[in-house]
Amino acid sequence: MAATNSHSDPLLEVKGLHAAVADTEILKGIDLTVNRGEVHAIMGPNGSGKSTLANVLAGRPEYHITEGTALFQGQDLLAMLPEIRAREGMFLAFQYPIELPGVRTWQFLKAAVDNIREHRGLPELSIREFDGLLEEKRQMVEIDPDLVKRSVNEGFSGGEKKRNEILQMALMDPSLAILDETDSGLDIDALRIVSNGVNRFRESTKSVILVTHYQRILNYITPDYVHVLLDGRIVKSGGSELALKLEENGYDWVRGLAVQDGRTESSKEAPTV
Amino acid sequence: MATRNVISRDTGVEDAQYKWGFEFNIESDVVPKGLSEDVVRLISSKKQEPDWMLEWRLKAYRHWLKLRTEEPTWANLHHEPIDFQDISYYAAPRSQGDGPKSLEDVDPEILEAFSKLGIPLEEQKKLTGVAIDAVLDSVSVATTYRDLLEKAGVIFCPISEAIRNHPDLVKKYLGSVVPYSDNFYATLNSAVFSDGSFCYIPPGVRCPVELMTYFRINELDTGQFERTLIIADKGSYVSYLEGCTAPMRKTHQLHAAVVELITLEDAEIKYSTLQNWYPGDKDGNGGVYNFVTKRGKALGDRSKISWTQVETGSAITWKYPSVVLMGDDTVGEFYSVALVNRHQQADTGTKMTHVGKNTRSTIVAKGISAGQGNNTYRGQVKIMPTATNARNFTQCDSLLIGDRCGAHTVPYIEVRNPTASLEHEASTSKVSDDQIFYLQQRGISDEEAHYMIINGFCRGIFKELPFEFAAEASQLLRVSLEGAVG
Repeated sequence: MAATNSHSDPLLEVKGLHAAVADTEILKGIDLTVNRGEVHAIMGPNGSGKSTLANVLAGRPEYHITEGTALFQGQDLLAMLPEIRAREGMFLAFQYPIELPGVRTWQFLKAAVDNIREHRGLPELSIREFDGLLEEKRQMVEIDPDLVKRSVNEGFSGGEKKRNEILQMALMDPSLAILDETDSGLDIDALRIVSNGVNRFRESTKSVILVTHYQRILNYITPDYVHVLLDGRIVKSGGSELALKLEENGYDWVRGLAVQDGRTESSKEAPTV
Repeated sequence: MATRNVISRDTGVEDAQYKWGFEFNIESDVVPKGLSEDVVRLISSKKQEPDWMLEWRLKAYRHWLKLRTEEPTWANLHHEPIDFQDISYYAAPRSQGDGPKSLEDVDPEILEAFSKLGIPLEEQKKLTGVAIDAVLDSVSVATTYRDLLEKAGVIFCPISEAIRNHPDLVKKYLGSVVPYSDNFYATLNSAVFSDGSFCYIPPGVRCPVELMTYFRINELDTGQFERTLIIADKGSYVSYLEGCTAPMRKTHQLHAAVVELITLEDAEIKYSTLQNWYPGDKDGNGGVYNFVTKRGKALGDRSKISWTQVETGSAITWKYPSVVLMGDDTVGEFYSVALVNRHQQADTGTKMTHVGKNTRSTIVAKGISAGQGNNTYRGQVKIMPTATNARNFTQCDSLLIGDRCGAHTVPYIEVRNPTASLEHEASTSKVSDDQIFYLQQRGISDEEAHYMIINGFCRGIFKELPFEFAAEASQLLRVSLEGAVG
């Protein structure tokens, strides 16, 4: 059921991916191909495995891959350490950005950019060059300049944390950005700022995986594909109109489809369409 | 990193288990092992000391004999008994004789050796803005920036020289903060102390450079017993730094120092330590036993004493830099990072004794435990009946790395005046997997991520250090944690 486009340029190819945390299997066979320049929205109810998919792709250690393959830019993604995935151009905007007490945001951002540039064979930016780049990106996400002097995410508001994630994305310039519920808990202004950041990023040949519970952010960022995740599987894929249909009918509608397809055992509800 | 390294130029990461572990190849004059009244007399005569000094030493020695069976056991430290007769109490580079008169007289081999440690003593290479007194084993070998200091009226010299040249000051203040009978190790030090720094800042003078003493134990089976005395007269200010290293030895070395600080009205002393004695190997063999008594007396009203320490070395650290807040409106501060790795043990903290009115003290202690290290914070805050409106704030944070290390916090609070206000905060944490993953997802390696978090944990302390020292401290942590993280 994955969206595939065989004559395009595949950036990420996931096949039959199963993943578990402790002994509980959460992803039960994911197929997903993301080509360069595409925006894919992954939608689904709470507990469907959306965040797990995002974290598994980024290499979070507590998840174990039990089956399946994933290629990123033609290389075996699952064999790479998380920091290598990041340096190769995969970025995860965290659903709950982590606080790092005492670690100054400026230093954190500089270290991130230094590592990425070194990996790509680019010269290290001088402090002045980096400050110039930081200023440009900071204005884009409308973050208070004093924030970079403070400890990473410590005492930041919810909106500031999310904008800080987008700032990091802009600085690190990945080829694939995975946004894990970046829209959750954002007021309308912050949502606009974050979406603008993503849309600017999108203008090039970059790809985005947008993990979201709500259709709201898709009013700002129009996806090329929408996938519905249910109980660890993608049960329906389509174009951006699928998101609207979901908004109208709710996730129960897909649950119904899944039951019809015999794809999920958990839902006992009758189809509503 | 383009910063100057005060402790060593080479704290790179590759082969840096303990980079300061080499031995100087310098001929030394070492007195035979063992402690007796004769040895005390010998040390005193080698220093050409006046009789009053010898008498003081002998009083201390005789008192120590009475204490002989009372080696303190209350600390959370475990070690084989120390054989005090198996230690040599005096070692001096042969070429130095009685200590240099000027830098031109210093043996070039000694200059070269200190240079290797990153402590250039030669006039043309000396560190900008830092006057250094270099102490090798039992004697001071060189002091830089003497002219500049003399012009300002600041006395900064080996204590053995001060005993001869400034007897009135020494007589008045030596033992006035840490009396010879204070405790087992301080008493031993009073009997056999060999060298150390003396510093006097005259009234109203802001010392034009940072003062630094660099301690180096070189000889095998030699104890280092230095004694430092700093007096800040009315309205003066001085920032004093102390750094320490020792060669790698299979056997333990004893270091039992005493530091006394005195501030008169409106004076301020800021005392910073980077302690990097050899910690012992990965199995716990060798390493320095560091039993140190450091105390300041804020004697004059409105004066201030601030201790900042970064303790990364030594097999055993037993050290409680303290402040007696005698004058009204005096301030005492203690900022500490203590790191243990491998089999290191640290029992360190402070004592703040409030005597004067409106006295304020701040304690911020950060303990990092890794490997099989064991870290104890032990601190006492004592508010005497006279200390109306005294205030104390204490914060103790422990960070654990791995699952075989230990962190302990032992606060003692004694309040005898109802107007006092005390706060105590404590936390214990581990470097979380979430933090590491977050940093890794930003392209930062597992190991680098640990250092960033550990540095962040210590940031509040590092900012109290002079700039060059802060960069050095952060590198020291990294080298000391090698193999424990990532």
